Amino acid sequence: MATATPAPKVNRIGLPILEYRGGKSTLCAGCGHNAISERIIDAMFEMGVEPERVMKMSGIGCSSKSPAYFMSRSHSFNSVHGRMPSVSTGAILANHQMMMLGVSGDGDTASIGVGQFVHLLRRNLPMIYIIEDNGVYGLTKGQFSATADIGSKLKTGVINDLPAIDTCALAIQLGATFVGRSFSGDKKQLLSMLKAAIAHKGTVMLDVISPCVTFNDHEGSTKSYKFMQENDEPINEVGFVASFEDINVDYDSGQVYDVQMHDGSSMRLRKLHEDYDPTNKAEAVRTLMDAHSNNEVLTGVFYIDTQKPTFIDLLNLVDEPLATLPETVTRPSKTVLETLMHNLQ
Amino acid sequence: MATGDLALGQEQGALSAQKRVVNDFSINVATVNGSGSQSANSVLLKSIFGMGVPVSGKNLFPSNIAGLPTWYTIRASKDGYVARKRDAEILVALNPETAKQDFLNLPPGGVAIYEENLNLKQFRGDVACYPVPFDKLTASVCPEAKLRKLVKNMIYVGVVAQLLAIDLSVVEHGLKKQFAKKQKVFDLNFGAVKAGHDYAQEKLVKHDPYVIQRMDKTAGQIIIDGNAACAMGAVFAGVTVVAWYPITPSTSVVEATTDLLKKLRVTPEGKATFAVVQAEDELAAIGMVLGAGWAGARSMTATSGPGISLMAEFSGLGYFAELPGVIFDVQRSGPSTGMPTRTSQADLLSTAFLSHGDTKHIVLLPGSVKECFEFGYAAFDLAERFQTPVFVLTDLDLGMNNWMSEPFQYPDKPLDRGKVLTAEDLNRLGGFARYRDVDGDAIGWRTLPGTMHPKAAYFTRGSGHNDSAGYTEKPDEYQAIMDRLARKFENARKAVPAPVIYRNGSSKIGFIAYGTSDFAIRESLDQIKKEQRLDVDYLRIRAYPFASEIHDFVSAHDRVYVVEQDRDGQLASLLKLDLAADQVTKIRSILHYNGLPLDARTITDGFVAKEGL
Repeated sequence: MATATPAPKVNRIGLPILEYRGGKSTLCAGCGHNAISERIIDAMFEMGVEPERVMKMSGIGCSSKSPAYFMSRSHSFNSVHGRMPSVSTGAILANHQMMMLGVSGDGDTASIGVGQFVHLLRRNLPMIYIIEDNGVYGLTKGQFSATADIGSKLKTGVINDLPAIDTCALAIQLGATFVGRSFSGDKKQLLSMLKAAIAHKGTVMLDVISPCVTFNDHEGSTKSYKFMQENDEPINEVGFVASFEDINVDYDSGQVYDVQMHDGSSMRLRKLHEDYDPTNKAEAVRTLMDAHSNNEVLTGVFYIDTQKPTFIDLLNLVDEPLATLPETVTRPSKTVLETLMHNLQ
Repeated sequence: MATGDLALGQEQGALSAQKRVVNDFSINVATVNGSGSQSANSVLLKSIFGMGVPVSGKNLFPSNIAGLPTWYTIRASKDGYVARKRDAEILVALNPETAKQDFLNLPPGGVAIYEENLNLKQFRGDVACYPVPFDKLTASVCPEAKLRKLVKNMIYVGVVAQLLAIDLSVVEHGLKKQFAKKQKVFDLNFGAVKAGHDYAQEKLVKHDPYVIQRMDKTAGQIIIDGNAACAMGAVFAGVTVVAWYPITPSTSVVEATTDLLKKLRVTPEGKATFAVVQAEDELAAIGMVLGAGWAGARSMTATSGPGISLMAEFSGLGYFAELPGVIFDVQRSGPSTGMPTRTSQADLLSTAFLSHGDTKHIVLLPGSVKECFEFGYAAFDLAERFQTPVFVLTDLDLGMNNWMSEPFQYPDKPLDRGKVLTAEDLNRLGGFARYRDVDGDAIGWRTLPGTMHPKAAYFTRGSGHNDSAGYTEKPDEYQAIMDRLARKFENARKAVPAPVIYRNGSSKIGFIAYGTSDFAIRESLDQIKKEQRLDVDYLRIRAYPFASEIHDFVSAHDRVYVVEQDRDGQLASLLKLDLAADQVTKIRSILHYNGLPLDARTITDGFVAKEGL
């Protein structure tokens, strides 16, 4: 008996969301990382990104496994611990027509990888860099990471007595051009930020608090679901209208910061903190520092610069990918060699 | 003056009785680091070359910006020997700090040219002395005080040219090439050369046996250093991504590569068809190389020992995830920081097995600047064909010194970009398994990011994977990948440059070596023949994994001396891992590891002692 099943909903390039899915997650049930993978799938689907145009990059850790759980039609590179930035740099130089999405963790970024992380930011490499931040090492069973807050407590009762690295403040200072923080449990905010990230040209650094249900979701943790639900303090409400969407929203210009994105989309940041200006580096860093003293976890888009040249711009590369330039372009002629030889005689 | 003249006259009588020594001696120029003597040394070297006489130059310099002593030796050899010679007969003493010791080090009958107020003559009487008022002469041709330090060096070129009978026109020609398009600089420097030359002509009476006479042994040859030759190799391989971190003695590989790319690889619209990135460290440099190789670019880095150590983890990823990339290692003396400006061959073992786990790498071992070029481009073909990092091991002696060579030949084959599937291929095949050995050559097919086909993507990882690139911890799947990698490495034996067998006669004794040991060995073989009336066979290895000819060579001899520039006999050890038990016992070592380039006498003496001759 044939029943007509409704055709699955497709996006603007005609793909159903199924084509953006990945393998089955092997992370713990309830892990924040799985929710982030879901939001990446949603954002890529809704933006109509061709999966074959995406390179998924990661380092080592629970977070870095997650590229296996979304977008199976995209090339993926799970590299070595803390070194995603360099591998990503090489890959994008080889083919700068690709979109690059990297997933790292707080250990992978703020400890073993902090050297490469800061240099990636300086270069404003065109990529979306997501930190799935739970303040703890999962695969080695529960040691503090460098983003754990002072005074937060491990399950074993150990108290962290070293200050946290604020990866957003670091990213703003060092040159990333789109810096924000979100929470894996905030579907709406994270999805809008990811869509805006896709529209941005330059380094997008998103620190997403992503609770570890196994090692860091207890009383005394500052990276737990409960703590985030109680202390999440959005600095702005992130709205996003893609270039291909024909939506006009009325707004009170005094209350909204409208950002024209590189691809013609617009990101609308409705101010929740009075007069917060997301284009002022010094103010952004000061606001983040103040929030730490007040035990608030600020979320939202802290900093945006749509004008700064990317590393690809600075290198003045040809439009075609370097990877597939023909031999006629890359290997100089026999005459050139003969001239070089003549000059050495 | 009268006494001086008298002494000179006596010496002249004694020394001129000696037989003239033509085109067979070394000149040692002692200067202060940072005094700009490089161009003067280079002009003198090229002048001897311009006289048609085989020549080689070696810079013995400190790890220092300025102020410490540095020596440059130039060897002229009518027989074409280009290795270091232990003693230099002629000293140009321009560094007051080392002048006395340098003077005392001269062999009897040697020659010293020095600033006259150093008054070296008082220290020994068996050396021909040529005091020269360098400072006064410099002041006379160079009114600008701040340039005098540089110009002073050119005075010595003029003095030496006159004493050795090098045509001034040849010096002038060399100088013109050196300062092409800078007429003022040329004028100033040639003025200094002439001042030195005229002074020597008027005031110095030749009383030593050393002269340069025209030959025709350098016609058509080029002079280049190994690092520049590697750079040319990379550029003619069509390199597109270069990531590096500066380190002596490899820095000029990337500097020369960058210069060439800027000249040759910018489109008419002014866009670059290459990217050069100075990375934050060597870990990032190799990470970028492998990321670029994964995404399909021809990528390279250049480094030296400490950088190789830092690249260990990534090299294992490159091996296991099967990523192409080329790493030039210009070896210097270790361990640790070691002697950054001294040569060595002590990175061989650590490079061959760089990284933890069962990792091994293809290593190319050029033994001349020509091979720096040829292996430089071949490395990229091998890296993409075998989908693995390929190391090119040179050393400071080859990399930073000037060498004569036949001109380089244009590659006779198109680029080999290896096994890459396109979207059309995937349409035809319906899909692929990244690490499956479908052709029996132990090499899987890969796709590049950006291949517009739903089945093009695969997951690259350094963790355990099966032949479909899926994560695995299954014993049989893991072992199957490891076995295939071993087969792939075996297959590389036939693809890498074969050894060169220079002599394989009836001798029971053979020499085996690689890289810069070659220059000294060839001279040593002649010494052994002449002094011991003994023929020794010789095979030069040019790559790891070892080709079967190497095993045959060992089999054909009773005793095989492995000559190398490290303490622990690393090449001998690597060979022993490969050889059969009855071959292993034939291996003996002749080792040299004091940081100086290997010389023939060290080999000959070591051999004579070990043979009990």
